[in-house]
Amino acid sequence: MSLFRRNVNGARRHPMAAVAVIALGLIVSGGGYAAASAAVHPASSATAADTQLVAEGKKLFLGNCASCHGKNAAGEVDANGKQVFPTLIGVGAAAVDFQVGTGRMPAQASGPQMMKKTVQFTDHQIAALAAYVQSLDPTGPTVPDAKWLDGKGDTSRGGELFRVNCAMCHNAAGAGGALTEGKFAPNLSGVKARHIYEAMITGPQNMPVFSDKNLSPSDKRDIISYLKYLEKNPSSGGYELANLGPVVEGLFAWIIALGLLVLITMWLAAKSN
Amino acid sequence: MSDKPKAIKGAANASDEFDYSAGLAVIPADKIEDPGLEPHHVRMTDKSKKHEKAAARQVALLFFVSIFGSASALVIYFLFPLSTTEFGPVRENTFWLGLAIALGTLALGIGAVHWAKTLMPAAEQAEARHQTRGSEETRARAVEIIKLADQESGFSRRKLIRRSLYTALAFFPLPGILVFGDLGPNPGRTLRHTKWAKGVRLVHDPYGAPILASDVTEGSVFHVVPANINPDDEDYLEQKSKAAVLLVGVNPEDLTIAPDKKGWDYNGIVAYSKICTHVGCPVALFEQDTHHLLCPCHQSTFDLNNGCAVIFGPASRPLPQLPITVDKDGYLIAQSDFLEPVGPSFWDRSIN
Amino acid sequence: MATTVNTRKKGGVLAGTANYLDERVGVAGILKEFGRKIFPDHWSFMLGEVALYSFLILLLSGTFLTFFFQPAMTDVIYNGVYGPLKGAHMSIAYASTLDISFEVRGGLLFRQVHHWAALLFVAAAGLHMLRVFFTGAFRKPREINWVVGFALFVLGMAAGFTGYSLPDDLLSGNGLRIIDGMIKGVPVIGVWISSLLFGGQFPGHNIVARLYSLHIMIVPALILVFLAIHLFMVVIHKHTHYSGPGRRDDNVVGYPLMPVYVAKAGGFFFIVFGVIMLIAATFTINPVWNYGGYDPSPVSAGTQPDWYIGWLDGALRLAPTHLETMDAWGHTWSWNILLPLIVGVLFLVVVAAYPFVEAWITGDKREHHVLDRPRNTPTRTAVGAAGVTFYAVLWAGAATDLIATNFHMSLNQVLTSAQISLFVLPVLAFFVTKRLCLSLQRKDREIVLHGRESGRIVRLPHGEYVEIHEPVDAYTQYKLVDYKDYKPTLARPNAEGKITAAARVRASLSKFYFEDRIAPVTQGELDAAHHDHHEAVEAAPAAEVKAVTAKKAPAAKKPATKAAPAAKKPAAAKPAAKKAPKKD
Repeated sequence: MSLFRRNVNGARRHPMAAVAVIALGLIVSGGGYAAASAAVHPASSATAADTQLVAEGKKLFLGNCASCHGKNAAGEVDANGKQVFPTLIGVGAAAVDFQVGTGRMPAQASGPQMMKKTVQFTDHQIAALAAYVQSLDPTGPTVPDAKWLDGKGDTSRGGELFRVNCAMCHNAAGAGGALTEGKFAPNLSGVKARHIYEAMITGPQNMPVFSDKNLSPSDKRDIISYLKYLEKNPSSGGYELANLGPVVEGLFAWIIALGLLVLITMWLAAKSN
Repeated sequence: MSDKPKAIKGAANASDEFDYSAGLAVIPADKIEDPGLEPHHVRMTDKSKKHEKAAARQVALLFFVSIFGSASALVIYFLFPLSTTEFGPVRENTFWLGLAIALGTLALGIGAVHWAKTLMPAAEQAEARHQTRGSEETRARAVEIIKLADQESGFSRRKLIRRSLYTALAFFPLPGILVFGDLGPNPGRTLRHTKWAKGVRLVHDPYGAPILASDVTEGSVFHVVPANINPDDEDYLEQKSKAAVLLVGVNPEDLTIAPDKKGWDYNGIVAYSKICTHVGCPVALFEQDTHHLLCPCHQSTFDLNNGCAVIFGPASRPLPQLPITVDKDGYLIAQSDFLEPVGPSFWDRSIN
Repeated sequence: MATTVNTRKKGGVLAGTANYLDERVGVAGILKEFGRKIFPDHWSFMLGEVALYSFLILLLSGTFLTFFFQPAMTDVIYNGVYGPLKGAHMSIAYASTLDISFEVRGGLLFRQVHHWAALLFVAAAGLHMLRVFFTGAFRKPREINWVVGFALFVLGMAAGFTGYSLPDDLLSGNGLRIIDGMIKGVPVIGVWISSLLFGGQFPGHNIVARLYSLHIMIVPALILVFLAIHLFMVVIHKHTHYSGPGRRDDNVVGYPLMPVYVAKAGGFFFIVFGVIMLIAATFTINPVWNYGGYDPSPVSAGTQPDWYIGWLDGALRLAPTHLETMDAWGHTWSWNILLPLIVGVLFLVVVAAYPFVEAWITGDKREHHVLDRPRNTPTRTAVGAAGVTFYAVLWAGAATDLIATNFHMSLNQVLTSAQISLFVLPVLAFFVTKRLCLSLQRKDREIVLHGRESGRIVRLPHGEYVEIHEPVDAYTQYKLVDYKDYKPTLARPNAEGKITAAARVRASLSKFYFEDRIAPVTQGELDAAHHDHHEAVEAAPAAEVKAVTAKKAPAAKKPATKAAPAAKKPAAAKPAAKKAPKKD
């Protein structure tokens, strides 16, 4: 998954990596998103008072989001009182920045869960949308301060917190995992620090919320630092096989290792010219 | 007809071979005749001196490559030292060392096989094969030996000796089995109790901070252990593996509470054992929207809103609930221990 | 060194050594006996060797690892070079695994060699078993060696599992937790066994050291013993060979041990070593540092066993909901654990017992040294395909979560489909495989009777278009017709005139096995086909035997080439008088 980034790192690249990619094409499912740079968002300091930005956000909202979330952003309730489209009042700028900033919103089609897509808006537009939603209820979580996103926290503590709070869904190496009925916890490799932080405080879709009372901002910084550390430091043992664990290793042993040896036995037993 | 035996005749000593029954095999009367071994395959190296020499050079070259590989592994061992402060260099060390050794062994192996294939005789040879069964003479002698041994020892004759020997042999391993008795203690009632008790605070796993009820907002999940266990305890992991709890905040209106479990939650905050009732993995995948808890090992799914009843997967029983409340400072505490054994089912879990 | 014993009579260090050894251990006799032993050459005969060599590599790399690994579960605070674990609580076992990986030169390399070799060992053993099964190499006199090989496969799984659990990281710890949960579910004694195994409550402080004893002493010692028996029996029986001209049940065709086989097999050891080394140098396996030390509270998504235990884990996953019951005395019966265990054990029993079942059905007491081509035993091949499918579905069952996420499907639907597939797919595989085998046999018959389709279309004088069929040579032809053919039997009364239940079962099994059969082409049929030329050829039903044997036209047809003085032709199936089996 993180191969593209590794190539940029030149010094750590294995000559075998290219061969490995071809061999593992079936196992590795997509993932060029690592190319995205981790530049910190310029509008992160949530200037909700900036009325011009709010007005601009409202215009964008009415044009792109209101069809589902309603003109006043209160969502939509069906005849049985069931919320079919969620209200955005109180979700905060952080939720908007996460959902729109990762391309999950605007949604294309309904499915088990909203998928990551190409981002539809510019950074400025996202900031405007976020400012507008924040203005609806100023108590909502805001876009995190850059000091929590620097990746310079305690990786050891972060690793431990990650394993207790996150690994059961996202896998110990952040490679992702399955949930019920077609839902899944996404791969965290290559996800911007800001989005990881926002996911924790807003609990998008089926992810639980990790409020600051549960994991303090400093805890979150540690977790992010751990994930970024894993990204920056490729496995000591060589190519990672997508970090999916023993199943992929087993398939590799059967198909690649045993397959190669069977080809060699054929050469060995074939009559020479 | 089908039971007719078929003789397998050995070329050399047909008379020695035993005729076995062919069972349901059909013995064709006019089988197509065996043309015998095909003619030898002639290789280029058999025909041409030039090819033979080239092949010999290739084999030697491969062996030289092998020497180079193994020798460079020796150099690499010193060329890529490890660091005492960081693990970065391990990657290079592993890669280059492995590559050099692989070169050494692969070239050696390929060289040897190439040698065999191109320069050693290519003609297949036939060797006679005899039945595994001993000849009549051998078998008769074997029987004779056994009879002799029996006679000389009186094994069949002397009943008392024989029977006491059998009994002695049966008794002899028993102490050997018994000494394994101290492999583990009587499990007693250890599976029925955890460290949870009335008034024990629910604290964060792993750093032990107590939890205010007001901090458990709707949709949030806390991984919790009892305050009375500590990583420095001798039995920390044993206690934790029974006492681990998942604390979830939900909208109280969404909860369906069984009559006998009224008052076990605190304003929509519920605490359930994290240990799966199937085979004991930590069930910790909480879906905020559906309120489902999923076990990552075997996919048992529990409905948190409905007393953690099993709705999918191989588990059979709901996750046990820990009755909780708050103390005077507003921190969450247990009302008591779990009221049933946690974790996987066992034989007498329902018998007290 | 000892090769020179025959050639150099005097002088030289080699001759001296050879003489020294012969006078003390009799090497000359050993060489005389085994030096020119013939081994048949076929790629599929090398699969067992892959397993054998992987095991040798496991011994070598494992010994290296034992010098650094410490199987203790005492709690320590990590202070090694891997940053993200500094200050973490962990067992000495896990800390020493990290030290092997990061602080021993070549340590990680050999850890990876060891783990890859383990996966390959069991995989190669499995593939070797499949080869033996599908070619009928388990038939008399090799039934016992099949059971020995089967034991080796099970021991391989045991060796793998005990090794998997040693690092005491989160992954292996959760694996042990599953084992503990399964053991506790065993009726009556489960809780006691768990306590004895773990030395008290799970996880305790003993299990790693105990598994270590098993992993480095008992299990490998047993594997070595069974390997010795396995190979000893190969020497006694001599290797099987595939059917073909000159290959018979009373000979063995191939290359001599010295020098050809020594070079090939010896070279192959280095190749297997090299391939494993290459993979270990380039591909991470089990990055334990990602998992952290074992702690009963966390778990990682994708917690799975190594592949060879996968089918049992899959069986656990596929058990339906709410299977647990309680008996009248209040005892808990964990059928959700027992049922998968029973299915697993039954599957293994069927595999181990198969040679005896087939021998009972055919009643064929002859020794079989010429292998079957899988197509020539359609029912056996189909049974094997069904078994492989059954195993594969269970195995895939252990990866339901990965299948769901990687192919964007619902986890629940994947699991439910696997439950259905477990029953449907093996049946489907059986019928498809059987039909496929029968078709291939028909094709072989066609080729023998009418030759190969050359692709050349010729117009005859009267306007008809025909495709020229080129006859195959006598060697190819013989390969296609040399196989053993069985036909079903009826339930026959025994000596007392009674038809026993066993006889009935055998009769119906024989019908199941041999009802659909395609007999090998006989000389008579071949002559008829050549004599009648086209018309008859086109009309002849290339099918279920008997039909074709009707007319016999004695048209002399001799194989074009005559060669190979090495082998004498067997007297073609001379019906001999039935001898009563000798009793001793």
